[in-house]
Amino acid sequence: MLKSFLAVLKRDLLLAMRRRSDIFTVLFFFIIVVSIFPLGVGFEKAMLQQIAPGIIWVAALLASTLALERIFANDFADGTLEQMLLTPQPLGVLVFAKILAHWLLTGLPLVLIAPLAALQYHLDFSTTLTMMSVLLIGTPVLSMVGAIGAALTLGLRGGGVLISLLVLPLYIPVLVYGAGAVAASMQGGISLQPYYLLLSAFLLLALVFAPWATAASLRISVE
Amino acid sequence: MTINWFKYSSPASFYPLAGKLIPVFMVLAIVLTLGGLYWGFFQTPDVLSDQKQYYRIIFVHIASAWMAMWLYVVMVFWAVLGLIFNTRLSYMFACATAVTGAIMTALSLWTGAFWGQTSWGTWWDWDPRMTTQLILLFLYMGYIALHSAIDDNRRADRASAVLAMVGLAIVPVIYYSINCPDPNACASLHQESSMERIETNIFIAIMTTVAGFWMYCFAVILMRTRNIILQRERKSSWVARLEALK
Repeated sequence: MLKSFLAVLKRDLLLAMRRRSDIFTVLFFFIIVVSIFPLGVGFEKAMLQQIAPGIIWVAALLASTLALERIFANDFADGTLEQMLLTPQPLGVLVFAKILAHWLLTGLPLVLIAPLAALQYHLDFSTTLTMMSVLLIGTPVLSMVGAIGAALTLGLRGGGVLISLLVLPLYIPVLVYGAGAVAASMQGGISLQPYYLLLSAFLLLALVFAPWATAASLRISVE
Repeated sequence: MTINWFKYSSPASFYPLAGKLIPVFMVLAIVLTLGGLYWGFFQTPDVLSDQKQYYRIIFVHIASAWMAMWLYVVMVFWAVLGLIFNTRLSYMFACATAVTGAIMTALSLWTGAFWGQTSWGTWWDWDPRMTTQLILLFLYMGYIALHSAIDDNRRADRASAVLAMVGLAIVPVIYYSINCPDPNACASLHQESSMERIETNIFIAIMTTVAGFWMYCFAVILMRTRNIILQRERKSSWVARLEALK
């Protein structure tokens, strides 16, 4: 089981490395969204600091939904996915490997680039650290919940927009507590522990249920 | 005596039953809704604290808001039943319920906006209940959008059933997170329900209108289910034999 998990993970990472531009599209989408907001709302420092948590998180949400379609689309197009469904290994494990690979390629880069966004919005060092750590806990949840949406909309016309419609409402709890933690850390004097605990709880719940639900959705979609 | 629980799970035997039930529910809906609204408009105090006459929109507002939330549970119930027993009719029910639920959600937001404008002076506020209702509308829209994006009925039914289930699992979390954006301050969170403190006449009027809306939803969902049955089973022989369609 572990062997098949590692094999799928390695394969997906290798495929992505052969076509690196896909990773950078998502990353630059995030940077562009974060950068054009100040052009629209003005450059006042206090206001930028105030809206930073929400904007950076919403940009991360949008970047994540943008990348979702690719989790299964290529494998579905060339028939690999069908072979995966036929293997004796539990589908949930293979799906989990694919989701993990997807997060490593689209979620983790967002976490690493976040300090740049924090600089643009004049956030101080400790707030930036909080931002990175909540993104680190939160973005895997986005990938996992999003994978269910990606599996359900596999191969449909206008799949990309449809995924956003299905998945964005489900992202709300992560957005509320992710952005809330950053805002609380900026204010100071508020305990951040509840935010971390709640986000970790979401992560654990998603870890348990999402691969399984995604596998069920894949079986419905590919049948 | 053994009961055949699946007797009406076949579209062919359900179709005539629904046809007989629809007029009953429709008449009840009209009587109860008109009765409730009459009671609400003419048998209740004219001035409620400082809200004057405007508060009377409450009868439609509460009834539609309750229906909106309840129909989502009903929809998920039928969708799950469909996944378990693989009965076509359950999926058709879920599909028919989604549209009525979405309409009720939109109606409750719409009437809420009017009430908000007259009593709070604003059409919209990011109050937890309003926000939850708006997100409920998004969930209904997602269900309907996914269902209509898939051409194959079987896949559409099952995929949207999974989506509805995931939605129901996450709804409490969304509700909690909107209600309590700051977890540090939520130790004493309590849901304020004021049903017991309502004036008796208003209470009777609300309950009657709610019952009327229930009946209306039954009737409309049955009508929509009948349409879906005809649409999907149009090639079967029992539909060809139907007198009404000749």
